[in-house]
Amino acid sequence: MKKEIYKNPFFKANPVTVLVLGICSSLAVTVKLEPACVMALSVTLVTGFSSLFASLLRNTIPNRIRIIVQLVLVSLFVILIDQFLKAFAYEVSKQLSVYVGLIITNCIVMGRIEAFALGNKPWPSFVDGIANGLGYGMILVVLAFFRELLGSGCLFGHQIIPDSWYEAGYMNNGLIIMPPMALILVGLIIWIQRSYQKELIEEK
Amino acid sequence: MNTNSNTYTVIYSIILVVVVAAVLAFVSVSLSDRQNANVATETRQSILYSVNLAQEADQAKDKNSYIEAEYNKYITDSYLVNVKGDKVEGEAFPMALASGLKSQYDIMKQANPDVSKLTLPVFVCTLDDGSRVEIFPIYGAGLWGPIWGYISLKDDYNTVYGATFLHKGETPGLGAEIATPHFSNQFAGKTIFEGDNMVSISVVKGGVPEGDMHGVDAISGGTITSRALENAIRQWLTDYEPYFEKQLAAKAQAQAAADSTTNTVDNHEEGNL
Repeated sequence: MKKEIYKNPFFKANPVTVLVLGICSSLAVTVKLEPACVMALSVTLVTGFSSLFASLLRNTIPNRIRIIVQLVLVSLFVILIDQFLKAFAYEVSKQLSVYVGLIITNCIVMGRIEAFALGNKPWPSFVDGIANGLGYGMILVVLAFFRELLGSGCLFGHQIIPDSWYEAGYMNNGLIIMPPMALILVGLIIWIQRSYQKELIEEK
Repeated sequence: MNTNSNTYTVIYSIILVVVVAAVLAFVSVSLSDRQNANVATETRQSILYSVNLAQEADQAKDKNSYIEAEYNKYITDSYLVNVKGDKVEGEAFPMALASGLKSQYDIMKQANPDVSKLTLPVFVCTLDDGSRVEIFPIYGAGLWGPIWGYISLKDDYNTVYGATFLHKGETPGLGAEIATPHFSNQFAGKTIFEGDNMVSISVVKGGVPEGDMHGVDAISGGTITSRALENAIRQWLTDYEPYFEKQLAAKAQAQAAADSTTNTVDNHEEGNL
């Protein structure tokens, strides 16, 4: 198996910052670290297992209903995760509310099945799915770290900024809780990445 | 094999869907007990929140058993009442779950509601100081999905003791703010009667004037949710009103009876003298 399969999604071909997929959910669930981590884990499992099964079935899937079969597979895993969250992590499932169901529409999942799993063996497909999920999750966690720290002064719900700072006039940034600021943060990450990775910059 | 023939495509899709449906059905059935337990815990917790109890639930090690213990300790009675204010047969708790409240709300919102079919849950809470508070649920349609909540009244059936609200999918930061203590804490101390008229609690846009006993501040940016909540509270309290009146009448009677016994005792003593 080529090293690129599990290395690229983290930096060189990161699904969020390079492929610009899954932006909607990365704005919506990154106000706090805990839901962001759960979302990252859920997406990783969904991309991994739906890629694995799509790859196992790749030679049997009728070409004309290819996309529908992919959708059925993806929704199967999304609903499984939703059901497990409702049973074992009820609070988190309430926080994520509709966004778990919306993993089905996360372009990363279908994108990886269509671009990779349908043309590759099961094991590399599984690794590719997991790596892409983690690459997405990594961005989510970075965003959530800054948004929770600067927006609520907490990490994982525990207060980090001491009360004495607040008394000295420090204030939580209310703007950073809002989705537009998350988009600006994503933009900053893309900027930093492109200043390191010159080949991503389009020629004029 | 030709994977592009019509027969193959149809058979393939049927098998796929049947297999996936079977897996999902199995998982759903085997996890439903746990899921229902979570919903029940949440409902118990909300009922306790509405009487300002169980505030430390999130710090508790085993939340489910903590909530259940607190619930069993404080909620001393629960029953169903009809719109005439009489108690009827049945378990109150399943009716206080969001699904149970919805079944009652479905009756209320019909064009010509058959209100005699309503069975509304009442929870009696005995506080640490021995005073009695009763909890009444409300349910209505918010902007995106259902909103519901629990309001507790002191035993004058007029003064609000506390309230808590829940929602399924109101906009975070706007309508969803009804679920925050910041909003629900405003309800404590408000009154629902003006003289003999039930005026309920209004959710006032632009801030409630100082000293208004029947209003709370609405949520900016959450007008539709605020208005829906106001309507839900009015609707449900109106249906509970006969119950309030019966309870007050019964209380007055008991008080009168108690007074007359003390009077006879007094007379008797006087006679002795």
